Amino acid sequence: MKTYLPLVIVLAIASAYGLWYQRSRGAIRTVKAVPGHRLGADVLGEALGSRATMVQFSSAFCAPCRATHALLSQMVLAMEDVKHIHIDAESHLELVRQLDIRSTPTTLFLNSDGVEVGRAAGTPKRQQVLTALNAI
Amino acid sequence: MSEILDKPEVARIYIDARGPRFGAIITTVVLALTLVTNNKWLLLAQALVFAIGAIRGPQFTPYGFFFKKLIKPRLTKEAPTEDVRPPKFAQSVGFLFALVGLVGAFSGADAVFTVAVGFALGAAFLNAAFNYCLGCEMYLLGLRLIKR
Repeated sequence: MKTYLPLVIVLAIASAYGLWYQRSRGAIRTVKAVPGHRLGADVLGEALGSRATMVQFSSAFCAPCRATHALLSQMVLAMEDVKHIHIDAESHLELVRQLDIRSTPTTLFLNSDGVEVGRAAGTPKRQQVLTALNAI
Repeated sequence: MSEILDKPEVARIYIDARGPRFGAIITTVVLALTLVTNNKWLLLAQALVFAIGAIRGPQFTPYGFFFKKLIKPRLTKEAPTEDVRPPKFAQSVGFLFALVGLVGAFSGADAVFTVAVGFALGAAFLNAAFNYCLGCEMYLLGLRLIKR
Protein backbone atom coordinates (compact mmCIF):
# COMPACT_ATOMS: atom_id res chain seq x y z
CA MET A 1 0.00 0.00 0.00
CA LYS A 2 1.40 3.38 -1.00
CA THR A 3 1.08 6.38 1.27
CA TYR A 4 2.65 9.79 0.83
CA LEU A 5 1.51 11.35 4.11
CA PRO A 6 4.49 10.33 6.32
CA LEU A 7 6.92 11.49 3.61
CA VAL A 8 5.25 14.89 3.37
CA ILE A 9 5.25 15.31 7.17
CA VAL A 10 8.95 14.36 7.51
CA LEU A 11 10.08 16.64 4.68
CA ALA A 12 8.02 19.57 6.00
CA ILE A 13 9.38 19.31 9.56
CA ALA A 14 12.95 18.68 8.39
CA SER A 15 12.82 21.65 5.99
CA ALA A 16 11.57 24.01 8.69
CA TYR A 17 14.23 22.80 11.12
CA GLY A 18 16.91 22.92 8.40
CA LEU A 19 16.15 26.55 7.53
CA TRP A 20 16.35 27.52 11.20
CA TYR A 21 19.58 25.50 11.55
CA GLN A 22 21.21 27.17 8.56
CA ARG A 23 20.31 30.66 9.76
CA SER A 24 21.26 30.18 13.40
CA ARG A 25 24.63 28.36 12.96
CA GLY A 26 27.52 30.73 13.41
CA ALA A 27 25.46 33.65 14.71
CA ILE A 28 27.01 35.21 17.82
CA ARG A 29 24.20 35.71 20.29
CA THR A 30 24.56 37.78 23.43
CA VAL A 31 21.28 36.51 24.86
CA LYS A 32 22.57 32.93 24.83
CA ALA A 33 25.48 33.77 27.11
CA VAL A 34 25.63 32.13 30.52
CA PRO A 35 27.10 35.06 32.46
CA GLY A 36 27.12 33.60 35.97
CA HIS A 37 30.65 32.22 35.66
CA ARG A 38 34.06 33.84 35.73
CA LEU A 39 36.34 31.68 33.66
CA GLY A 40 40.05 31.86 34.21
CA ALA A 41 43.31 30.03 33.70
CA ASP A 42 42.44 27.58 36.50
CA VAL A 43 39.55 26.13 34.49
CA LEU A 44 40.68 26.81 30.94
CA GLY A 45 44.29 25.76 31.38
CA GLU A 46 45.57 28.90 29.66
CA ALA A 47 45.73 32.58 30.58
CA LEU A 48 43.02 34.88 29.23
CA GLY A 49 43.64 37.49 26.57
CA SER A 50 44.15 40.98 27.99
CA ARG A 51 41.01 42.31 26.24
CA ALA A 52 39.02 39.31 25.05
CA THR A 53 39.17 35.52 24.81
CA MET A 54 37.41 33.12 22.45
CA VAL A 55 36.92 29.70 24.03
CA GLN A 56 36.08 27.07 21.42
CA PHE A 57 34.56 23.72 22.45
CA SER A 58 35.06 20.93 19.90
CA SER A 59 34.42 17.20 19.61
CA ALA A 60 35.60 14.33 17.43
CA PHE A 61 32.44 13.85 15.36
CA CYS A 62 32.30 17.43 14.18
CA ALA A 63 33.34 18.56 10.71
CA PRO A 64 32.92 22.36 11.16
CA CYS A 65 35.07 22.31 14.33
CA ARG A 66 38.18 22.13 12.16
CA ALA A 67 37.08 25.08 10.01
CA THR A 68 36.22 27.12 13.12
CA HIS A 69 39.59 26.36 14.68
CA ALA A 70 41.40 27.36 11.48
CA LEU A 71 39.47 30.66 11.25
CA LEU A 72 39.80 31.74 14.89
CA SER A 73 43.43 30.70 15.41
CA GLN A 74 44.39 32.52 12.23
CA MET A 75 42.45 35.65 13.23
CA VAL A 76 44.10 36.04 16.63
CA LEU A 77 47.58 35.97 15.08
CA ALA A 78 47.08 39.65 14.23
CA MET A 79 45.55 40.54 17.60
CA GLU A 80 47.79 40.98 20.61
CA ASP A 81 45.02 41.38 23.16
CA VAL A 82 42.73 38.52 22.05
CA LYS A 83 43.33 34.81 22.68
CA HIS A 84 41.80 31.69 21.18
CA ILE A 85 41.57 28.73 23.57
CA HIS A 86 40.57 25.33 22.19
CA ILE A 87 38.88 22.81 24.52
CA ASP A 88 37.92 19.19 23.86
CA ALA A 89 34.32 19.08 25.09
CA GLU A 90 34.36 15.34 25.73
CA SER A 91 37.16 15.52 28.30
CA HIS A 92 35.62 18.56 30.05
CA LEU A 93 32.06 17.36 30.55
CA GLU A 94 31.70 19.06 33.94
CA LEU A 95 32.53 22.44 32.44
CA VAL A 96 30.30 21.66 29.44
CA ARG A 97 27.36 21.07 31.79
CA GLN A 98 28.05 24.18 33.86
CA LEU A 99 28.18 26.35 30.76
CA ASP A 100 25.32 24.48 29.08
CA ILE A 101 27.24 23.71 25.87
CA ARG A 102 24.92 21.61 23.70
CA SER A 103 26.59 21.29 20.34
CA THR A 104 30.03 21.63 18.80
CA PRO A 105 31.65 23.83 17.78
CA THR A 106 30.45 26.34 20.39
CA THR A 107 32.61 29.41 20.88
CA LEU A 108 32.28 31.60 23.97
CA PHE A 109 33.34 35.24 23.84
CA LEU A 110 34.79 36.35 27.17
CA ASN A 111 35.70 39.85 28.30
CA SER A 112 38.90 40.65 30.16
CA ASP A 113 37.31 39.51 33.45
CA GLY A 114 36.53 36.07 32.00
CA VAL A 115 32.79 36.75 31.94
CA GLU A 116 30.91 35.43 28.93
CA VAL A 117 29.31 38.15 26.82
CA GLY A 118 28.24 36.10 23.78
CA ARG A 119 28.38 32.69 22.21
CA ALA A 120 28.20 31.16 18.76
CA ALA A 121 27.09 27.63 17.89
CA GLY A 122 28.53 26.56 14.55
CA THR A 123 31.20 28.30 12.50
CA PRO A 124 30.89 32.11 12.69
CA LYS A 125 31.86 34.34 9.79
CA ARG A 126 35.00 36.45 10.02
CA GLN A 127 32.99 39.68 10.03
CA GLN A 128 30.71 38.41 12.82
CA VAL A 129 33.76 37.59 14.94
CA LEU A 130 35.30 41.02 14.32
CA THR A 131 32.03 42.75 15.26
CA ALA A 132 31.70 40.71 18.45
CA LEU A 133 35.32 41.38 19.46
CA ASN A 134 34.99 45.10 18.78
CA ALA A 135 31.98 45.24 21.09
CA ILE A 136 33.97 43.83 24.02
CA MET B 1 46.62 15.99 -10.84
CA SER B 2 48.12 14.94 -7.56
CA GLU B 3 45.92 15.65 -4.63
CA ILE B 4 46.51 15.60 -0.93
CA LEU B 5 43.91 12.82 -0.64
CA ASP B 6 46.06 10.52 -2.81
CA LYS B 7 48.52 10.11 0.06
CA PRO B 8 47.59 6.95 1.99
CA GLU B 9 48.40 8.40 5.41
CA VAL B 10 46.02 11.31 4.72
CA ALA B 11 43.29 9.08 3.23
CA ARG B 12 43.06 7.12 6.50
CA ILE B 13 41.77 10.18 8.33
CA TYR B 14 40.45 12.56 5.69
CA ILE B 15 38.07 11.97 2.80
CA ASP B 16 36.55 14.08 0.04
CA ALA B 17 33.79 15.98 1.89
CA ARG B 18 31.53 15.91 -1.19
CA GLY B 19 31.31 12.09 -1.03
CA PRO B 20 29.15 11.77 2.12
CA ARG B 21 26.97 14.66 0.92
CA PHE B 22 26.32 12.82 -2.36
CA GLY B 23 25.67 9.63 -0.38
CA ALA B 24 23.12 11.51 1.71
CA ILE B 25 21.21 12.46 -1.46
CA ILE B 26 20.92 8.81 -2.55
CA THR B 27 20.07 7.78 1.03
CA THR B 28 17.29 10.39 1.06
CA VAL B 29 15.81 8.99 -2.16
CA VAL B 30 16.06 5.37 -0.97
CA LEU B 31 14.49 6.14 2.41
CA ALA B 32 11.74 8.25 0.80
CA LEU B 33 10.88 5.28 -1.46
CA THR B 34 11.00 3.01 1.60
CA LEU B 35 8.55 5.23 3.45
CA VAL B 36 6.14 5.61 0.52
CA THR B 37 6.09 1.92 -0.48
CA ASN B 38 6.42 0.47 3.06
CA ASN B 39 9.09 -1.82 1.66
CA LYS B 40 11.12 -3.50 4.40
CA TRP B 41 13.58 -5.07 1.93
CA LEU B 42 14.55 -1.62 0.72
CA LEU B 43 15.20 -0.67 4.35
CA LEU B 44 17.28 -3.83 4.79
CA ALA B 45 19.45 -2.81 1.82
CA GLN B 46 19.87 0.70 3.23
CA ALA B 47 20.72 -0.77 6.65
CA LEU B 48 23.56 -2.76 5.06
CA VAL B 49 24.87 0.43 3.42
CA PHE B 50 24.70 2.22 6.81
CA ALA B 51 26.57 -0.69 8.43
CA ILE B 52 29.42 -0.49 5.92
CA GLY B 53 29.53 3.29 6.32
CA ALA B 54 29.58 3.04 10.11
CA ILE B 55 32.23 0.33 10.37
CA ARG B 56 34.55 0.98 7.43
CA GLY B 57 33.61 4.52 6.41
CA PRO B 58 31.22 6.16 3.92
CA GLN B 59 33.83 6.00 1.15
CA PHE B 60 33.51 2.17 1.11
CA THR B 61 29.72 2.03 0.64
CA PRO B 62 28.17 1.47 -2.83
CA TYR B 63 27.17 5.15 -2.78
CA GLY B 64 30.79 6.10 -2.08
CA PHE B 65 31.81 3.89 -4.99
CA PHE B 66 29.34 5.64 -7.33
CA PHE B 67 30.68 8.98 -6.20
CA LYS B 68 34.27 7.97 -6.85
CA LYS B 69 33.62 6.43 -10.26
CA LEU B 70 30.88 8.64 -11.72
CA ILE B 71 30.73 11.99 -9.91
CA LYS B 72 34.23 12.82 -8.74
CA PRO B 73 35.84 12.63 -12.22
CA ARG B 74 33.34 15.27 -13.39
CA LEU B 75 34.13 17.71 -10.57
CA THR B 76 36.87 20.16 -11.43
CA LYS B 77 37.39 22.00 -8.14
CA GLU B 78 39.98 20.78 -5.67
CA ALA B 79 38.42 18.34 -3.21
CA PRO B 80 37.43 19.87 0.15
CA THR B 81 38.66 17.42 2.78
CA GLU B 82 36.75 16.24 5.81
CA ASP B 83 37.57 14.15 8.85
CA VAL B 84 36.07 10.69 8.28
CA ARG B 85 34.76 10.39 11.86
CA PRO B 86 31.75 12.79 11.65
CA PRO B 87 30.15 11.00 8.64
CA LYS B 88 30.96 7.62 10.23
CA PHE B 89 29.10 8.73 13.34
CA ALA B 90 26.12 9.84 11.23
CA GLN B 91 26.11 6.46 9.44
CA SER B 92 26.03 4.69 12.83
CA VAL B 93 23.02 6.73 13.90
CA GLY B 94 21.35 5.91 10.57
CA PHE B 95 22.09 2.23 11.12
CA LEU B 96 20.45 2.31 14.57
CA PHE B 97 17.27 3.89 13.14
CA ALA B 98 17.23 1.36 10.29
CA LEU B 99 17.67 -1.48 12.79
CA VAL B 100 14.73 -0.28 14.89
CA GLY B 101 12.67 0.07 11.71
CA LEU B 102 13.54 -3.48 10.62
CA VAL B 103 12.63 -4.93 14.02
CA GLY B 104 9.32 -3.08 13.74
CA ALA B 105 8.66 -4.29 10.19
CA PHE B 106 9.48 -7.94 10.80
CA SER B 107 7.53 -8.07 14.07
CA GLY B 108 4.46 -6.47 12.49
CA ALA B 109 4.71 -3.16 14.33
CA ASP B 110 4.13 -0.90 11.33
CA ALA B 111 4.10 2.31 13.36
CA VAL B 112 7.62 1.60 14.66
CA PHE B 113 8.79 1.05 11.07
CA THR B 114 7.23 4.32 9.88
CA VAL B 115 8.59 6.44 12.74
CA ALA B 116 12.12 4.97 12.57
CA VAL B 117 12.34 5.36 8.79
CA GLY B 118 10.93 8.89 9.20
CA PHE B 119 13.74 9.88 11.59
CA ALA B 120 16.43 8.34 9.38
CA LEU B 121 14.97 10.10 6.34
CA GLY B 122 14.80 13.42 8.21
CA ALA B 123 18.48 13.17 9.16
CA ALA B 124 19.57 12.15 5.65
CA PHE B 125 17.52 14.95 4.09
CA LEU B 126 18.96 17.53 6.51
CA ASN B 127 22.46 16.37 5.63
CA ALA B 128 21.79 16.44 1.88
CA ALA B 129 19.93 19.76 1.75
CA PHE B 130 21.48 21.79 4.59
CA ASN B 131 24.86 20.11 5.18
CA TYR B 132 23.55 19.20 8.63
CA CYS B 133 26.21 17.82 10.97
CA LEU B 134 24.54 15.14 13.09
CA GLY B 135 27.64 14.51 15.20
CA CYS B 136 27.89 18.23 16.06
CA GLU B 137 24.33 18.42 17.34
CA MET B 138 23.78 15.00 18.91
CA TYR B 139 27.09 13.60 20.17
CA LEU B 140 27.72 16.03 23.02
CA LEU B 141 24.07 15.98 24.13
CA GLY B 142 24.23 12.16 24.17
CA LEU B 143 27.43 12.21 26.24
CA ARG B 144 25.85 14.65 28.70
CA LEU B 145 22.92 12.28 29.13
CA ILE B 146 24.88 9.04 29.42
CA LYS B 147 28.07 9.94 31.30
CA ARG B 148 28.00 11.05 34.88
